[in-house]
Amino acid sequence: MSPVYIARTTEVAARMLGGEMMIMSARDSTLFSLNETATAIWQAADGVTPLAGIVQQHVCANFEIDPVTALRDAEELVEGLAKHGILKVSDQPIVETK
Amino acid sequence: MSALIQEMSDKAQRLGIPLAVQLDLTYRCNERCVHCYLDHDDRGEMNTSEIKDLLEQMAEAGVFFLTLSGGEVMMRRDFFEIVEHARRLSFCVKLKTNAVMIRQSEADRIQALAPESVQISIYSHRAEVHDAITRLPGSLKRSVAATRLLVERGIKIIFANVLMRDNFQDYPGVQALAAEVGAEFTIDPTITPMMDGNRSILNLNIERAQLQQVFRDASILGTSPQEFCALPGGPPAVEDAQRMLPCSAGHTFCYVSPYGDVYPCVQFPLPTGNVRTSRFLDIWKHSPQMAEVRSITMNDLPICSTCAHGGGSCSRCPGLAYMEGNMRGPSSQDCEKSYVSTGVVTAGMLIHREAHSIAGLVHIRNSTERPHSPQAV
Repeated sequence: MSPVYIARTTEVAARMLGGEMMIMSARDSTLFSLNETATAIWQAADGVTPLAGIVQQHVCANFEIDPVTALRDAEELVEGLAKHGILKVSDQPIVETK
Repeated sequence: MSALIQEMSDKAQRLGIPLAVQLDLTYRCNERCVHCYLDHDDRGEMNTSEIKDLLEQMAEAGVFFLTLSGGEVMMRRDFFEIVEHARRLSFCVKLKTNAVMIRQSEADRIQALAPESVQISIYSHRAEVHDAITRLPGSLKRSVAATRLLVERGIKIIFANVLMRDNFQDYPGVQALAAEVGAEFTIDPTITPMMDGNRSILNLNIERAQLQQVFRDASILGTSPQEFCALPGGPPAVEDAQRMLPCSAGHTFCYVSPYGDVYPCVQFPLPTGNVRTSRFLDIWKHSPQMAEVRSITMNDLPICSTCAHGGGSCSRCPGLAYMEGNMRGPSSQDCEKSYVSTGVVTAGMLIHREAHSIAGLVHIRNSTERPHSPQAV
């Protein structure tokens, strides 16, 4: 299975509010609230670290969760955020995030 | 308002975070609208670096929704530099403009900046009416052309239609124009006093019968006229009134002028500090004036807490009340709206009438004058 790369798009507004990451998509004004683990994935979405690596470094290392479940949950999260234009997903590293 | 935005707003209020700010970049404008509440001279606007620094302070303070307005925002040569900086700081940016300076290249740049929305002031679908209000010949044509460019680029456009006596009959036309170009449509039936307190422009406000027509037009209410105009539920219970806050001004929202002055709201010109001499967050957290505004609940409003509309049907603006001389008093313009929507006289109107009746005791009536009828307004 080829690695998945994720990058934050520039078409969003985001702010931490009392420990929760609030993200609004400029495409459709949908507002999302990310929990702590989802926030960790969002913040680590640099376009060059594979999703599996992000989950390992930022989720499994900090939260008590089984790695297989963590990756599956992360893939679902990424799919949902990508549909709303909040994350870019590619099977190649994403250098340009605009 | 979505449940999540409401939740976000409640949380910001609990945590004392200024969730939303309107920052006017300039009061200069290329239009001279007859109803405008601003003085258009430049009395020392913040420069680019001051504004960038302010944006950084706001991001740090937790501001999420940032409305950039004016004056006309594009009168500033550094407009795009400012918006780019704001977007780098991840604000949800809303722009308010008349759009007459937006051509292809500006539309491309705005698209790249991904604002949440662009609000454009449109007063009529007829050029002779719109341009007479803006006092800029050709302005409607240019604003609509810009709208089309922005809509083509997938940007959410909102037509803001301020209603006055001279353009009241045209709001269905503006609504139809919005639908044709793919814009959303909102109306504002209230002309507010000028920032310096001058109330001369209030005579542009629409008449009572016209306001009644607006409040019975389901196409603009967002709810049924029956629901909107339902009888008020009576004054609030004391325990409810202790929790009821007038509005978000000073609680989760504030306004910053081009000169760095911070106010609870754009319609609430109570000076609370200046970002040129104090940190934004210090003003927000520690200004005695902000604290006073924040301390006021419905229980502290001696007239409104006894009003039949006080239980929730009234949209009293504390800023308008402040401009009438008392931030704890009623706002006559909101009393008028409550009365027109329901037919029920407000406590503010009764007090006003009593005051006039007392004044009546000392003037000499002629024989044809009649005392006020208890139900007449």
